[in-house]
Amino acid sequence: MAGKLKVALVGNPNSGKTSLFNQLTGLNQQTANFPGVTVERHTGFCKMSDGSIAEITDLPGMYSLYPRSLDERIVAEFLLNHRSKDCPDVVVVVADATNLKRGLLLLTQIVDIGLPVVLALNMMDQAAKAGINYDLHKMQQLLGVRVIPTNARTGYGVDTLKQALLQTHTATQQPVYALDNDVLAVVKELREKTGVDNDYEAYQLLEQPVIPSFLSDDEKEIVQSLKKKYNLFPGKYHGAETIQRYGFIQDLLDQVTIRKADEEWKRYTFRLDRILTHRIYGYVIFLFILLLIFQSIFSWATLPMDWIDTLFASLSNYLSNNLPEGPLTKLLADGIVPGIGGIVMFVPQIAILFAFISILEESGYMARVVFIMDKIMRKFGLNGRSVVPLMSGVACAIPAILSTRMIDNWKERLITILVTPFMSCSARIPVFTILIALIIPEETVLGVFNLQGLTLMGLYLLGFFAAIGSAWVLKKLLRSAERSYLLLELPPYRMPRWNNVGITIFDKTRSFVVEAGKIILAISIVLWVLSSYGPSSQMKEAEMRARGEAAELQLAEDELQDKIAAYQLEQSYAGKIGKAIEPIIKPLGYDWKIGIALLTSFAAREVFVGTMATIYSIGSRADDENTIKSRMQQEINPDTGGPRFTFATGLSLLLFYTFAMQCMSTLAVVYRETQSWKWPLLQLVFMSALAYVSALVAYQYFA
Amino acid sequence: MVRTLTDLKPGEQGIISGFSDDQLSVKLMEMGCLPGTTVRYNFSAPLGDPICISVAGYELSLRLEEAATIFIIL
Repeated sequence: MAGKLKVALVGNPNSGKTSLFNQLTGLNQQTANFPGVTVERHTGFCKMSDGSIAEITDLPGMYSLYPRSLDERIVAEFLLNHRSKDCPDVVVVVADATNLKRGLLLLTQIVDIGLPVVLALNMMDQAAKAGINYDLHKMQQLLGVRVIPTNARTGYGVDTLKQALLQTHTATQQPVYALDNDVLAVVKELREKTGVDNDYEAYQLLEQPVIPSFLSDDEKEIVQSLKKKYNLFPGKYHGAETIQRYGFIQDLLDQVTIRKADEEWKRYTFRLDRILTHRIYGYVIFLFILLLIFQSIFSWATLPMDWIDTLFASLSNYLSNNLPEGPLTKLLADGIVPGIGGIVMFVPQIAILFAFISILEESGYMARVVFIMDKIMRKFGLNGRSVVPLMSGVACAIPAILSTRMIDNWKERLITILVTPFMSCSARIPVFTILIALIIPEETVLGVFNLQGLTLMGLYLLGFFAAIGSAWVLKKLLRSAERSYLLLELPPYRMPRWNNVGITIFDKTRSFVVEAGKIILAISIVLWVLSSYGPSSQMKEAEMRARGEAAELQLAEDELQDKIAAYQLEQSYAGKIGKAIEPIIKPLGYDWKIGIALLTSFAAREVFVGTMATIYSIGSRADDENTIKSRMQQEINPDTGGPRFTFATGLSLLLFYTFAMQCMSTLAVVYRETQSWKWPLLQLVFMSALAYVSALVAYQYFA
Repeated sequence: MVRTLTDLKPGEQGIISGFSDDQLSVKLMEMGCLPGTTVRYNFSAPLGDPICISVAGYELSLRLEEAATIFIIL
């Protein structure tokens, strides 16, 4: 065979498809996007018994070729585009052996579009436990496809499956669904005009809710005019088709089922559901899990975060001491390395969060969260499924926004995307920490609570309420004819598969580092250039002035360097920009130095601390927050003669950072996900305006 | 009297006899809610909506307004 064997994995959600994918490929995976859209395409490579390599694509879970969500539409188009070079040579339909009917529905559709198919009958161990027994030989005969029993948890059947992949080259010739007599003529005409090689495939092109994007403009025109001529519309024969297919499947199951399941094996699920979806305990448990996640993000992640921080600080130090002095070394040591460090520092938090989310999803609990939260979320124009993105938003808005794709209603998905950045992400933590330490006394209230901790929690709640509040406003403003519905499987509870959890953590973390990394890195370089350079005569003059003052005060060498840096910053391009916006931010209680930090924070919030460090000339000791804190405490406001960071200014900054949309990476992702600049711009303007107004009110009230 | 899925009480079963919403019925049928199939109402979410039913050998949750489009006979 020329080239690699291309294999696609399809199956219902919860069929264990991803476990099987992980079994086949291990960590040998990559994530790319489908061309033109941002639906993630997971591919991996698998070594076959004959020494060849197969390329395996794991497609998002789906119930039928008739798509409901964006994810499903991409899969449908992927499978229908037979002329593409990506078109799979073999499709593995993964079906849950304990729940076979719906899996077979999808299988019969894929058989009918003329792709070679292998059925992986997964979760055989559970089926055996439940007492289910099938005559696999007969099933194979009746379906006309290879049936391989597998257990993706243990790897059972994976080798046999690989063998079967090498042997399956031809599609089954006998379609399951007999097309309605009324459409035979239009299907024939389409096949003559476009050369589509199979009746059902042609029929699918006509019946897809959106005309497939891979067709050429001429072909789209043909499809459009045929639909008109024959009065076809999506869904016209869909119900009849489903009934016919299920008729076939029921007939088949009647013949191959040796023993049926009783419901005894789901007893634990029913019992657990009685507690986990209980009127009171259900919410208490969910709240407890949220608190646990919170606690771990804050306390367990701090230690590795500090290590990473120290590591990058010493790397940067090492570079500046050991490389020949010059602008390139400075760029590397002061711009690029701290920039990368700023991204990598968030990896522990993101990894922990996704460990939790992945465990909750794997165990089946997440479906229950959607179930108990749906009614509440709907009041705010959201959907039960919005809970996952909002939770992920506490670590980082980027993966959170990517996870909105499973929301099938466009309006609800859009609202979720727009409000998710209000959730306090981990990039706000360093900003909050230092400002709270500055303005809130370390006191204990009511005997147990730490006042600083309470303030931090208050800010998170504020972000959450801003999210659902604006969701409610958006619900009133946005018009949509599309219906919202919820048809969600509640799968039996299962032990999470740790292998899958590990791979999810790895995958999400990697995509965060890449996605956010590109932008944060670029911005930190730009920021570094702007703050290091200025009109050369003024920069020189600043240095002279610093040297003069230093000589007078008899400062040590490193203190002199700090002073030079501080004076030069004022004259740099960044300093000039900061001065230019000072009039706008003065009512909020900020000066030009804070202005620079605000501007750079629009690239990414966490840059605030680093910028403050540079501005208050701490130089090499920039990573010690205590040092920054004491410098900030000593900063004098020349207008009042008192400290710059009063309670009013600090509070005003805290509110600004709670609400403002300060993350280029998120805006870029929102643009890609909504395919329009309208939404990210609206988000930017709305969130910034809210930030400005609340900061203004707070400062004016308390100052 | 015409009954819908919402008339069932927890633990009660019925047989699907039809749908009142064409658009939704297609999706429901794909999920295994075919006419002639037995459904059991299991329980509702804490706020009464959505609900959980057993159909075609698995557990499905759906909102009350969707359940109301499914006709059943007891």
